[in-house]
Amino acid sequence: MRDLEHISQGRDINEVMATIPYVAFLGITFEKVADELLAKLTFKQDLIGNPSLPALHGGVIGGFLETAAIVQVARESKIRVLPKTIDITIDYLRSGRPLDTYARATITKHGRRVANVQVIAWQDDPEKPIAAAHGHFLLEPLGEANGDDKASA
Amino acid sequence: MSKDAEKEAALRNEALKGMLIDHVPHARAIGLEIVSAEKARARLKVPYAPFLVGNPDTGVIHGGVITTMLDNACGVATQMALGEPTAIATLDLRIDYMRPAAPKLDIQCEAHCFKVTKSVAFVRGTAFHEDIEDPIATCMAAFMLAANRAGPPSSGMREKVLGEMDKLSASDRSEG
Repeated sequence: MRDLEHISQGRDINEVMATIPYVAFLGITFEKVADELLAKLTFKQDLIGNPSLPALHGGVIGGFLETAAIVQVARESKIRVLPKTIDITIDYLRSGRPLDTYARATITKHGRRVANVQVIAWQDDPEKPIAAAHGHFLLEPLGEANGDDKASA
Repeated sequence: MSKDAEKEAALRNEALKGMLIDHVPHARAIGLEIVSAEKARARLKVPYAPFLVGNPDTGVIHGGVITTMLDNACGVATQMALGEPTAIATLDLRIDYMRPAAPKLDIQCEAHCFKVTKSVAFVRGTAFHEDIEDPIATCMAAFMLAANRAGPPSSGMREKVLGEMDKLSASDRSEG
């Protein structure tokens, strides 16, 4: 994605995210809270899975965590395309209520080709996370040698 | 399966189809459809739409849509395995991506709830375009049964499903 290398140079993530239709549809933004960048999922009715509780849809929470992970990897890597998810495992800890949700992604291992990331999501109480996830993301580094990026398949 | 049991299963499918689309806001919002549902299995589809795109350069649907489909399909497959609407809650969901989705194509998925224990149901799912042997992604999920955090809602859902089934079987009977 053409603008992606700018993310690692600190260019505004929200501008880039706004160009991704599904991310914009879910309403995922990033904000700086006390010196760290958090992902935010702003509540709206379309995110609900079970209306009788009501609770956020598990797939929405999963997509939110995955996006937070991908952005964190993009910020900490020199890459030209979005990292690809190899695998992701989501643990559902508590029902997501009709509130805004926040997530923090941490890279546990940043390899040359694979990043291992953990993500945690909460709503009104960071001590009571609603979900946690971990996953592996595939990186295509900016050129193996001297910008030759035809080297990779 | 006896004729009565077959009829009951068919009615249950109809009722579940209506419920998934009408009563799950996010499923409705992304255009999720039930293609078929039978004992312990469900096949769902998401038609391609521009607002579901994850990469505007290629036009490929966002991975989060696949997560949603698979989570939903696994839930439906579990309900179909249980035989009566039960409060269930996803414990965990693992998705492995085999290949990128192709641009501008619909996505289907099939889920199979292959094991039900007293407290937990285990489900496998696959997302694909046309050929299930060429999967985009596979998943494994575990669901808690009669989960506290999933509600008291099952009584409402159960009444709705049984109500739908009664309506359908009444019109079915009147058409002989």
